[in-house]
Amino acid sequence: MALRTLVTRKTLRTLPLGFRGLQTFSLPDLPYDYGALEPAISGDIMQIHHQKHHQAYITNYNKALEQLDGAIAKGDASTVVKLQSAIKFNGGGHVNHSIFWKNLAPIREGGGEPPKGSLGWAIDNHFGSIDALIQKMNAEGAALQGSGWVWLGVDKELKRLVVETTANQDPLVTKGPSLVPLLGIDVWEHAYYLQYKNVRPDYLKNIWKVINWKYASEVFEKECP
Amino acid sequence: MAASAAAAIGSPLKCGLISSQGFSGSTRSFQWRKNEKRNVRKGCRGVITAKIDLRPPPYSLDALEPHMSRETFEYHWGKHHRAYVDNLNKQIVGTELDTKTLEDIILLTYNKGDLLPPFNNAAQVWNHDFFWESMKPGGGGKPSGELLELINRDFGSFEGFVNEFKAAAATQFGSGWAWLVYKANRLDVGNAVNPRPSDEDKKLVVVKSPNAVNPLVWDYSPLLTIDVWEHAYYLDFQNRRPDYISTFMEKLVSWDAVNFRLEAAKARAAEREEEEERKKTEYEDNQADLDAREMYLESSDADDSEAD
Repeated sequence: MALRTLVTRKTLRTLPLGFRGLQTFSLPDLPYDYGALEPAISGDIMQIHHQKHHQAYITNYNKALEQLDGAIAKGDASTVVKLQSAIKFNGGGHVNHSIFWKNLAPIREGGGEPPKGSLGWAIDNHFGSIDALIQKMNAEGAALQGSGWVWLGVDKELKRLVVETTANQDPLVTKGPSLVPLLGIDVWEHAYYLQYKNVRPDYLKNIWKVINWKYASEVFEKECP
Repeated sequence: MAASAAAAIGSPLKCGLISSQGFSGSTRSFQWRKNEKRNVRKGCRGVITAKIDLRPPPYSLDALEPHMSRETFEYHWGKHHRAYVDNLNKQIVGTELDTKTLEDIILLTYNKGDLLPPFNNAAQVWNHDFFWESMKPGGGGKPSGELLELINRDFGSFEGFVNEFKAAAATQFGSGWAWLVYKANRLDVGNAVNPRPSDEDKKLVVVKSPNAVNPLVWDYSPLLTIDVWEHAYYLDFQNRRPDYISTFMEKLVSWDAVNFRLEAAKARAAEREEEEERKKTEYEDNQADLDAREMYLESSDADDSEAD
């Protein structure tokens, strides 16, 4: 009883957020220079995409989490629900871009090298060939209206590859709870406009030269050993 | 001006078309395009081709510099807007949509939110026409007259409106548009769903919409719009959407256009009110007739029985 009077709800609320274990996020470094993916993706785009767009998602995600934390502590259900879209937008933006940077690699570090091993075999088995997969992803990416992503994923329950698109910053998991992203291609205009302008198909054609299949294989082998 | 710009982009100018569009910024009138048969015209050989056309902005492509660059227009109008027009025409040729007005195509293909394929192109054609006309060289400033009165009434102040409009534009996540609309009488439009059914009528309201959606599908009268797809501002502002929005409000908005559209919107609302009144009177007259007949039939039964 004495212990309860010591640590009341009110006391908890005035302690710094860190005490309650609210983790905030920060911008992950790119494992390569901004200009290292040229000419497929320009250094200007990489810099703005990373330092401005991804950073903004993280900043706003942290803000939304802080507000969510406060609302939960107060038992303010309306605010908790109201914050869900901000969390999906910005948290999704952070999740998706974190994967995206790992999906890319300079050519001299293996960017563009087709997958060997079990992922290569699974792609041939399911789509016929890597080229067929690329055609499919490019077609879906080009046809996507507005902003979004095109994904190569694996259904970890069914052990099957899938190609999916998501709108805005919805992560792949919103299309199926057992879907794990292997490769995501950002088709928001900010991902290509400065270089490719309105010609999204050219961006999609060229990005495959710097796609990091090694990372995709690692994730695949973990889900489908 | 705009004619040569259009030619520079490589758009073939069709015979007999140009005069009806009007290229001079100062003389172009901002018409409310209700049921306008923009898509039926004679080609050079007198053959009627039912097609939607790409209208140039009512100013030259560099007229809004430095606030919106010529380069932006070359891509935004010359590529994006043009592609929406071309792709829409490809989609509707040989279908029943081929003979309909652009507004009708939009409403039909909106399909209560379960979008049919031509919707994106049709709505984006309309949206971009509306957007070019929402701006003018030397734009910005404040509205006046009745428009300002309504803004003060419905937003508290002009600043209140500006803040709300800017916030809507900044928080439309992903691609989309922000709008000032005149919300008038709600007729039962079978193909539309009103997302704000609790508002009073005849108000100015700020709304935002995703991707190609526009307030026509909610039966509102749009007065002003800003395009917040990234392609609208990325060459000039990159990620800095708030700066783009501020520049739009301070330097580009055509309050003339908004005024003109408000007048048209009010006229349309008045027309509908009259129509509703007329229908109501007709219905009441019909009911009165039916009641009179019933009474007559009842009284004639009584006569018969008495005659016996």
